[in-house]
Amino acid sequence: MLEQLLAGLEPSERAAIDDEELQILKDVEAEMPVFAAERSQLLPILQHIQGRHGYLPKLALQMVADYLGVTIGKVYGIATFYNQFKFNPPGRNPIKVCLGTACHVKGGEIILENFERRLEITEGQTSPDREYSLERVACIGCCALAPAVVVGDKVEAYVTPSKVEGIITEIEVRKAMAAREQERNEAANG
Amino acid sequence: MSEKLVTITVDGRKISAPAGSRLLKVCLENDIYIPNLCYLEGMSDPPASCRLCLVEIEGEPGMVASCRCEIRDGMVVTSNSDDILKMRQVAFRLLVSTNDGHCNTCIANKHCELQQIAKFLRQPLRTKRLRHIDRDYPEIIDDHPVLMYEPKKCVLCGRCVYVCNQIPKGYKLDFARRGINTIISFYGSDLDPSSRDCEGCLACTEVCPVGALSSKKKWSRFIAEVKLKQEQKAARQSSD
Repeated sequence: MLEQLLAGLEPSERAAIDDEELQILKDVEAEMPVFAAERSQLLPILQHIQGRHGYLPKLALQMVADYLGVTIGKVYGIATFYNQFKFNPPGRNPIKVCLGTACHVKGGEIILENFERRLEITEGQTSPDREYSLERVACIGCCALAPAVVVGDKVEAYVTPSKVEGIITEIEVRKAMAAREQERNEAANG
Repeated sequence: MSEKLVTITVDGRKISAPAGSRLLKVCLENDIYIPNLCYLEGMSDPPASCRLCLVEIEGEPGMVASCRCEIRDGMVVTSNSDDILKMRQVAFRLLVSTNDGHCNTCIANKHCELQQIAKFLRQPLRTKRLRHIDRDYPEIIDDHPVLMYEPKKCVLCGRCVYVCNQIPKGYKLDFARRGINTIISFYGSDLDPSSRDCEGCLACTEVCPVGALSSKKKWSRFIAEVKLKQEQKAARQSSD
């Protein structure tokens, strides 16, 4: 199924698929027979792919559509209906901006806009280097800390525009430190 | 379907038509205009989503969507009372409350069904009576090899999705997202080589009541014309 699909692509489109995505597609193909080829299995299959790989690649949706005998438009229509499905690969630092009632009142929208401007991506997207992904969530249960943001699995409280800058800087610094650490280790081992 | 004729009365006029035909169709065929956006002839299950074709039928409570109503012998229908006009106006205002299109630069200007209905219902194409809510969608969707789509003009009648899915083969249009952000999507058309054959069909662009869906070729020609006109106008103004 995957072979056929890949063979039908334009060379430029084929080249745009990296090894990571190819691995996901192969895995999706291998896992698919676990589910019956019935329309009622559409959501369970999508949930399985989302849970396992963190997003739904376009070619995976085409494979699901072919497997269940429905159109890819239908699969996409159903997947976009639910918030739980993502269509971009998650970043290494997923940033979730809370826009629940308390955070909304405390200006969560402004914080989201700050992140959008700082990272140059819009909500629901992943930065081209896959370092950051940005999304909005409804209430993370930290209303007393509003406006709140979850970076990875860490909750940031009372976020302000200057703190947005601080959060990003912290991640960048950690990244640079990790890179230096690795370099030093390599030098010591080599 | 039986060919037995039944007689109904619409606004005091007696009309004979085959039993079981749709009331909306019978009215339109007999020159009684009833505004409609989502209905297409031959639909076995009209969506009745635009709510513009409401009529009153004697003996039935409330108003009914005439596109879904099958005629019965002796039916007495009113299609032009003040109550009906008011109801249709409300439905129309709701439809255009999210309208962001500009008629002057629209490919459907002057042959747009929404414009015609606005005139018929004596309503503006932009309502001030309802709060305008910005929808979250791209300006233009053009990831299809042949078609392009402008969400801001779309009334989501679903005609294009219906006709597309009536055709047995090829790439299929569908709705995506939900609620106020619902759009028509071309998702996956780049993976499907048969989407290039859409050029020979274009049934979806023909049934679009507004100018939301068109072929890229026609669209680029139209844009060139608009630009030319604007330039000519600017040149005239500067020479005056």
